[in-house]
Amino acid sequence: MQRRALLALTALGGGAVFASGLAGCASRAKDEDFYFVQLSDSHWGFQGPPNPEAANTLKKAVAAVNALEVPPEFIVFTGDLTHTTDDPVERRRRLAEFKSIVAELRVKNIHFLPGEHDASLDRGAAYKEFFGETHYTFDHKGVHFIALDNVSDPGAKIGEEQLAWLKADLATRDRNAPIVVLTHRPLFDLVPKWDWATRDGAQAIELLMPFANVTVFYGHIHQENHRMTGHIAHHSAKSLIFALPAPGSQPNRTPLPWDPAAPFAGLGFREIESKQAGKEFGLTELPVTRV
Amino acid sequence: MKGIETRRQVLRALAAGAGALALHRVLAQPAPRVLTITARRFQYEPNEIPLKVGEAVVVEIRSVDFIHGMNLPDLGRRYDLVPGQVARLELCPKEPGVIDFVCDNFCGDGHEEMHGRFVVS
Repeated sequence: MQRRALLALTALGGGAVFASGLAGCASRAKDEDFYFVQLSDSHWGFQGPPNPEAANTLKKAVAAVNALEVPPEFIVFTGDLTHTTDDPVERRRRLAEFKSIVAELRVKNIHFLPGEHDASLDRGAAYKEFFGETHYTFDHKGVHFIALDNVSDPGAKIGEEQLAWLKADLATRDRNAPIVVLTHRPLFDLVPKWDWATRDGAQAIELLMPFANVTVFYGHIHQENHRMTGHIAHHSAKSLIFALPAPGSQPNRTPLPWDPAAPFAGLGFREIESKQAGKEFGLTELPVTRV
Repeated sequence: MKGIETRRQVLRALAAGAGALALHRVLAQPAPRVLTITARRFQYEPNEIPLKVGEAVVVEIRSVDFIHGMNLPDLGRRYDLVPGQVARLELCPKEPGVIDFVCDNFCGDGHEEMHGRFVVS
């Protein structure tokens, strides 16, 4: 609550209010403090027993984000916005419906990424029509964000061209600059036998290793997971459609069954609070619905 | 001259003997058993293949509808299965266990169920 109150004051632009009313807390509420929300893997268009509420789950998530006490400064959506289909017309229909639903988010600053379900069958063609480029950068309050596309290639590769682009972007950065990488698949070999990997992800990690403050947020595995590769932290997000088993915990990656007694269990989204000017992040996991 | 000719004859005889020995060794080894796997959306057929420890096999894999992948992470090997081409995997398992394989080229709604395994006993 204190963080949100401080952020609210900051968001109101009440420097004078802040200075007079919260003396002694100044170090926590600098201009560079902010938080954003990560949503992932809504698989709009999915139908099946793992989520009999598939037509409502994304809408509930939108309502939950809109109900946050303090709105995030922006939202990231780390892929698999839609569930895959062979039909290009249906693919576009799902993308359009997804876009219409998330247009209800009150926060309009949203950064989208594709997942393999959105982009792998047509190398991102339909996705780009709705959401633009699949890899890009943006900056927010001193933090450099890099969106990496490891799904438009059906072989789960970033590819030489994009790796060269990444290398060129990083070449202009200070080695201590805070960097956040957004992507869909894990960049490291989490569980290759479940296809939870990026074939050339090690090359991206190698390019990032010289930088002291790198954090990766991704989706794909439909659950919260936290790993380190050297000093680089990797955090996966929960899904908005169905949960998957713990990495490598069973022979196959079949969805966890829907529990009628606890609908939406295992689904959710997260708040990500920038600390130390983007050199650390505090994560808060939130459910799709509090009911 | 005669001594040189004799040495040549001896060398020819040794070479012939070595060749015969190598040929014998080749003939003594049974030809590897050939297995076939067909890949199609969204399965491998068969998807569970029994193998025996020490038995050499050649697995021929064909895809009929898509450039599926076949990734065997435990062996550090993978293949792109191009329709019309045959990928060959030589195996001679040294110990019992399971060798998983998975399609690692996203092929559609069902890709996540496209996997198989060799069961070595």
